[in-house]
Amino acid sequence: MASDPNKQDGEGAYQGGKSYWLDEPKNINRIYIGLWVVCALLALADLFYHKHAEFHFAEFPASYGIYGFVCFVFIVFAGKLLRKFVMRDKDYYDR
Amino acid sequence: MIASLNPALIVIVGALFVPLLKGRLRDVYIVALPILAALQLIGLDHGNYGQIELFDYQLVLLRVDRLSFIFGLIFLLATLLGMVFALHVKDTVQHVAGLIYAGAGTGAVFAGDMISLFVYWELTAITSVFLIWASRTERAYRAGLRYLVIQVGSGVLLLAGVIMYAQKTGSIAFDHLGLVDLPTAMIFIAIGIKCAFPLLHNWLQDAYPEATVTGTVILSAFTTKLAVYALARAYAGTEILIYIGAVMTAFPVFFAVIENDLRRVLAYSLNNQLGFMVVGVGVGSELALNGTVAHAFCHILYKALLFMSMGAVLFRCGTVKASELGGLYKSMPWTAGFCIVGAASISAFPLFSGFISKALILTGTAEAGYWGVWLVLVFASAGVLEHSGIKIPYFAFFAHDSGRRVKEAPMNMLIAMGITAFLCIAIGVVPGALYSLLPFAVDYQPYTVSHVVSQLQLLFFAMLAFAILVKKGLYPAEIDSTVLNTDWVYRKAMPWLIGKIAWGIGTARSQILDRVQRRLEHFVASVFKIHGPVGVMARTWPTGSTVLWVAVLLGLTLILYYI
Repeated sequence: MASDPNKQDGEGAYQGGKSYWLDEPKNINRIYIGLWVVCALLALADLFYHKHAEFHFAEFPASYGIYGFVCFVFIVFAGKLLRKFVMRDKDYYDR
Repeated sequence: MIASLNPALIVIVGALFVPLLKGRLRDVYIVALPILAALQLIGLDHGNYGQIELFDYQLVLLRVDRLSFIFGLIFLLATLLGMVFALHVKDTVQHVAGLIYAGAGTGAVFAGDMISLFVYWELTAITSVFLIWASRTERAYRAGLRYLVIQVGSGVLLLAGVIMYAQKTGSIAFDHLGLVDLPTAMIFIAIGIKCAFPLLHNWLQDAYPEATVTGTVILSAFTTKLAVYALARAYAGTEILIYIGAVMTAFPVFFAVIENDLRRVLAYSLNNQLGFMVVGVGVGSELALNGTVAHAFCHILYKALLFMSMGAVLFRCGTVKASELGGLYKSMPWTAGFCIVGAASISAFPLFSGFISKALILTGTAEAGYWGVWLVLVFASAGVLEHSGIKIPYFAFFAHDSGRRVKEAPMNMLIAMGITAFLCIAIGVVPGALYSLLPFAVDYQPYTVSHVVSQLQLLFFAMLAFAILVKKGLYPAEIDSTVLNTDWVYRKAMPWLIGKIAWGIGTARSQILDRVQRRLEHFVASVFKIHGPVGVMARTWPTGSTVLWVAVLLGLTLILYYI
């Protein structure tokens, strides 16, 4: 990273060049709030139509959303745990 | 078009002339070959061509039916896109190897008997390794060798199975076999190696990310989907495939979370997607098999698109390590956009291709009553979103700005990505076109309110989980590291074990030799003691004493005689 001639500062955002919409922390926060709103709307939507689920347990409102959320968090934490067992130095096989 | 000419041969034989051409002419030629082959395929009526009697067996060199047609079509489409993506490459080896490999994959799909299948099977192995070696690094050379050993091994196992099968049944026709006895089990495992079954999978994550920028794009399309085709042809409805496939969808997602090399993340993702197809074959209903074929079709496109976008990043930045990238959307906006289309397709967002194909498999699995497997598949769908939907575009193009300012990808790469992205969306928006090509009639409507809302819920809640984890600093940071997998067995454990055994044998040998030598020395010393210059037996005795002893002996003899 230090050898990168374009890099002007150590950490954080690249200084210089034109600025982008996503460079604003305010806008990142907007996306974050937007996600909450979309999720809330999708969860509510389940109350307004007859749900054709493959199995009975999937007919519970927002069940897909909750399952997706839980699975995602589980995968990430399981991955972190997995690192303890299978992570080695980048040149592990070259030694 | 010539009647009964095998479309695969157009590509394979055509590839041999590539070295003779240069510049624009070569560009036109390598793009024209897959187009010509596809036109030939479309012009062929369904049926068997090129039937040859060989000894007592019948070879069927070209079988066109609904199953082989759609696989052949997508293979040739992938060849075309891969060649457009590789137009800037000046390396003749890559063009020739890529085309013959693609042609061999296509030929295998059209093979109506298992001997021709074997020949094409091995040809894919031998030609594809050059796409890995073409990286021309020590690392790629070693990975290529490991890859070649495993791929050729799969072919040898296939051949052994076929010979035993032919002896038993008298037939080499490549039709439904079923997992019933030893020969069919051997063929099953041979296909399983190429299909990256759990524990047989790691050649994929080991080798594909070491291939060239354009090589990985080509590699991602053929070998594994040829295996899916072979499973669908010969092992549809084999129940164990449902569980094998379910494991395949689930376990790579954990490795993909912590892998730093983004092309390797895609290789894990490839493994996971194959799992969905394998489940479809295992369920074996018309709906599920249609799902497998449709998913293979869509998957080849969006996986190629994702590998293309990461290839473009590698081409411009010299690395695809997540820990060294970020903020590239500023300098490679088109590539970023195409990558997001690929990510949305693989994550199965409505209006993208993955949505309309994965739904067939999930519904097929649910209809067959496998609710546990179905839950695993939905879990794995959240996993796909994690590593392919979010991680790939996020760490390459967004995340924290790495400060890299590079040029946008070359025009030919952008065109290839653009066409592929267009197809991903077109299939998602108008699923009927793809559905009409599937092996069985489709009576399925993917766009119901229920299905769309359910899928959006799954995806957006998972995205929300990602956003929360990142915001709270709980999402694992990217670390430049090696993630161990089953290749550890033959890259570390077996060399270590062999080293230990060699050391053991060596030590035992020297100990035995030592002992033998000591015994010998002892023996020689004792002989020396008796017979040596000062030994008892070497003493010079006076003649008189000898005469005395002779007299004693004679006396004894006399006495004994009288008794």
